[in-house]
Amino acid sequence: MQPLSPEAIVGSRITNQSLKRWLHSLPGVDKVGLEARAASLGTRSIKTSSKAWALDAAIKMMDLTTLEGMDTPERVKSLCLKALTPDPTDLDCPRPAAICVYGDMVKHAKKALGNSGIYVAAVATAFPSGRASVPVKLLDTKDAVKAGADEIDMVIDRGAFLSGNYLEVYKQIQAVKEACKRSDGSYAHLKVILETGELQTYDNIRRASYLAMLAGGDFIKTSTGKVTVNATIPITMLMLQAVRDWYDEHGVLIGVKPAGGIRTAKDAIKYLVVVKETAGEQWLTPDLFRFGASSLLNDVLMQRQKLKTGNYSGPDYVSVD
Amino acid sequence: MRLDIRKTYKLFIGGKFPRSESGRVYPVADSKGEFLANVAMASRKDARDAVVAARAAQSGWAGATAYNRGQVLYRIAEMLEGRREQFVAEIRALTGKSDRQANQEVDAAIDSWVWHAGWTDKIDAVAGNMNPVAGPFFNISTLQATGVVAAFAPQDSALLGLVNTIAPAIVSGNAIVVVSSGSLPLPAITLTEVLATSDLPGGVVNVLTGKEAEIAPWLASHQDVNAIDLEGTSNFVELEIQAAQNLKRVIRKGDFARLGSKGSLNHITNLMEVKTVWHPKGH
Amino acid sequence: MFEYAPAPESQALVNFKDSYGHFIDGKFLKPGKTYQTINPANEKVLADITYGTEKDVDLAVKAARHAYEKVWSKLPGAERGKYLYRIARIIQERARELAVAETLNNGKPIKETRDVDIPLVAAWFFYYAGWADKLDYAGLGPNPQALGVAAQVIPWNFPLMMLAWKIAPALAAGNTVVLKPAETTPLTALLFAEICQQAELPDGVVNIVTGFGDTGAALVGHKDVNKVAFTGSTEVGRIIARQVAGTNKKVTLELGGKAANIVFDDAPLDQAVEGIINGIFFNQGHVCCAGSRLLVQESIQDELLKKLQRRMESLRLGDPMDKNTDIGAINSKAQLKKIEALVKQGEKEGAERWSPACVIPKNGFYFAPTLMLGVSPANTVAREEIFGPVLSVMTFRTPQEAVTKANNTEFGLSAGIWTEKGSRILKLADQLNAGVVWANTFNQFDPTSPFGGFKESGYGREGGKQGLAAYLKGGY
Repeated sequence: MQPLSPEAIVGSRITNQSLKRWLHSLPGVDKVGLEARAASLGTRSIKTSSKAWALDAAIKMMDLTTLEGMDTPERVKSLCLKALTPDPTDLDCPRPAAICVYGDMVKHAKKALGNSGIYVAAVATAFPSGRASVPVKLLDTKDAVKAGADEIDMVIDRGAFLSGNYLEVYKQIQAVKEACKRSDGSYAHLKVILETGELQTYDNIRRASYLAMLAGGDFIKTSTGKVTVNATIPITMLMLQAVRDWYDEHGVLIGVKPAGGIRTAKDAIKYLVVVKETAGEQWLTPDLFRFGASSLLNDVLMQRQKLKTGNYSGPDYVSVD
Repeated sequence: MRLDIRKTYKLFIGGKFPRSESGRVYPVADSKGEFLANVAMASRKDARDAVVAARAAQSGWAGATAYNRGQVLYRIAEMLEGRREQFVAEIRALTGKSDRQANQEVDAAIDSWVWHAGWTDKIDAVAGNMNPVAGPFFNISTLQATGVVAAFAPQDSALLGLVNTIAPAIVSGNAIVVVSSGSLPLPAITLTEVLATSDLPGGVVNVLTGKEAEIAPWLASHQDVNAIDLEGTSNFVELEIQAAQNLKRVIRKGDFARLGSKGSLNHITNLMEVKTVWHPKGH
Repeated sequence: MFEYAPAPESQALVNFKDSYGHFIDGKFLKPGKTYQTINPANEKVLADITYGTEKDVDLAVKAARHAYEKVWSKLPGAERGKYLYRIARIIQERARELAVAETLNNGKPIKETRDVDIPLVAAWFFYYAGWADKLDYAGLGPNPQALGVAAQVIPWNFPLMMLAWKIAPALAAGNTVVLKPAETTPLTALLFAEICQQAELPDGVVNIVTGFGDTGAALVGHKDVNKVAFTGSTEVGRIIARQVAGTNKKVTLELGGKAANIVFDDAPLDQAVEGIINGIFFNQGHVCCAGSRLLVQESIQDELLKKLQRRMESLRLGDPMDKNTDIGAINSKAQLKKIEALVKQGEKEGAERWSPACVIPKNGFYFAPTLMLGVSPANTVAREEIFGPVLSVMTFRTPQEAVTKANNTEFGLSAGIWTEKGSRILKLADQLNAGVVWANTFNQFDPTSPFGGFKESGYGREGGKQGLAAYLKGGY
């Protein structure tokens, strides 16, 4: 089916007023019910063969991330090598989907990864606060795309969103999307970070999800990882409901990326259960679901080793990165 | 000399004063056995009509504010006070009580209305409550009237027993079909004249006179009656069995005292339903 | 691709004896004439259970009377409370064992016994333990008195939880009890008897007599019991109400239901779907307060049903011992037949039956989660309690119509409301004739919160101070 234009979806010319009406007509979210459902899925018991599948899937869906002021080309290179060979004792170990870095590190990552098939994602638009003028944000984006970024993780203007200026948020996402256009006409994949910890309410998160999907985001992503509350299971579940319903209504598949705070294999498996039982198995692919994480990989690797050998592994048996 | 005008004692159904549809009356004697009056002898069809009237009136009465119901009940006390002489005369004639004793009974009846009037807006404060459930929920238990009550006033009390049968039922918003004492029915009918002039919506109280034993099975087995008060019945075991057909709430004979100037909260709440409402708490 | 491998809970956590006698006066008697109790998930025999006779019942009531007069009624409330606290703690300690036992004997998923039933059992004892020395504050005046011996008959749908709802308030108020568990699910009650022994509860305070309906009838009808508390079908409730007529036995009846779950067009839809699922598929729908009638506003019918059906497709039916099972076994063959017959009748009357694709295990009693679509209020499936995982779907257009349809039943146990509009919730809560109203949630239970129905759903309340008053003189 031909994707509808934003005007057709909203049912009117896009103005702040029409966006507000549209977003506020979405069903409300009951916090207690949402969290209860998330908690109940958290009790799923994933064993043996399903656990092995989930651990590999978690690695394949990982955006292995380093987003520090102290990042250096050397450090990024080392992370890329880790992505290329996550577990030197097991060459069948799958690789992460992407390496996620700041814009200035893109070229170093690209160089290290070569044509391995591992993507390079760059955070852009004055990450993490997003507090810069629009031209600066766009330049930030273009710079990363030009350096070879396959994916752009942008942040929305939370201040504009919380003050009710939905149009501004919408326009910025659209502009960034245009900035993702490469010279050959193709686009870098756009992930839109909602920074759910700052939006605070589930109603806001659902509305921001819809706004990002309307504006052309390929992925909606929970967090920068730089605020107090990052990805949580209920928030991810809510966003998965949003992409599922969006696909039902408009036939367009949008991805979801929880980021920040997912550190253990056990957590990652819970997320995969939520993906399966909320959006469905269709979303269990790196094209539609990613983990944004830095320390998760090693825990998953240790769990893989445990499954393989039967012995509990330890941090000395996986590489520090 | 002038011939006095006698009163025709009729039923009280839906706020109106019909004769029994059966056309039957029965003679009521005074305490010495002399003829006093002819009184309507209610039939099963009168009982049926009374239940329909009660059902029609119940939700409106329950939906009135507690303050409003309290004022109506207090108004009944006022009107009763104003017609004290008539009640005293009827009680004396029927029971042979002294003037002082009859006045005491009327005093107690009035006081009981006042006592009940004050309860309308306090039942929930005393018998309801917030419940501190172990979860993110607002949870509150309140009481609401059970619906239509069929009741049988004590046989040996002309006024006070009747008042202490009606008041605890209607204070919370129930509607009642009450069968008065068979042999002492006159104050019951006079009371309906008080009720009719007390801003009490028609149908909230319906009074039948006649033979308890004839009417009782029809009310006990009536599927649209929610509770039954068996105080004035003789065949109460069989009636309780019939009441089980639709699981009516049953007030057994002797469960509650009827001859005081106060009732009991427990009597009131026995004709009410606890309703607990849950709602999540969250932004 | 992401299939969940079996994750069975260990059966070794519980050891049933081969056969059980009654628990009377602090001791297990020798088994008498017995019958077999099975695991409905695979029809395997779990133990032989004694079929209680009138004589057994009499023995138990005598023990309870003796314990009441000689020991329990003389004990200060604070000491009674301590016994209940002890019991609560032992239940917590043995929680996993009890959960496994309940699942084996009942067929409900281990997920539910582990996360709902058993935690609530402990909570119930803990809550009422605290009441035992505070009866003066129950709202019945100073120093309210216990009733004496309570006869308690409980159903098979929440065996140990129903036991806790009955025994905890009875003991806290100072009564002694004789309890008869349902014939198909006696095992956790018998384990509870062991717990009473471990807690060193005085002999005769709790007595468990196993058996069938006639055993229960003998107990209810025993002339020396002062209180009858029954949870079960409206049909049996009626029989009990007749049986106690003319006595001064106080009665609490917790009977059937046909709750409406009302979804308005402004509802939080995804949570409403969860509420509907939880409302009717929790415990295979063997719940008297189950939201078995879905009343959906016509304008969102298609959207809601689509979401509901998709959600139903994710329900996992199967081995109750598997930690990932959402829908376990129907408790008995008889119940399964009843569900099948009612659903067939519904189809015959024109309703359309829908279930997600799911594999029904070969052995044991199972019924797929089922929607009955296009049901009219006159249909059998809209009126009769099915007590299974079957949801009848109807529509409404206005709030008044919703209320009228919701109240159009002889039952009045519970109701659900889904809307984001606060004033609508409060108005509907007033108008619905139901003892429990869940707004934007469903099937929540708590010992502090009274539970019980209007009309033919029974009378009296369990839980809260109202549930305590049911075991005291002057309370109802």
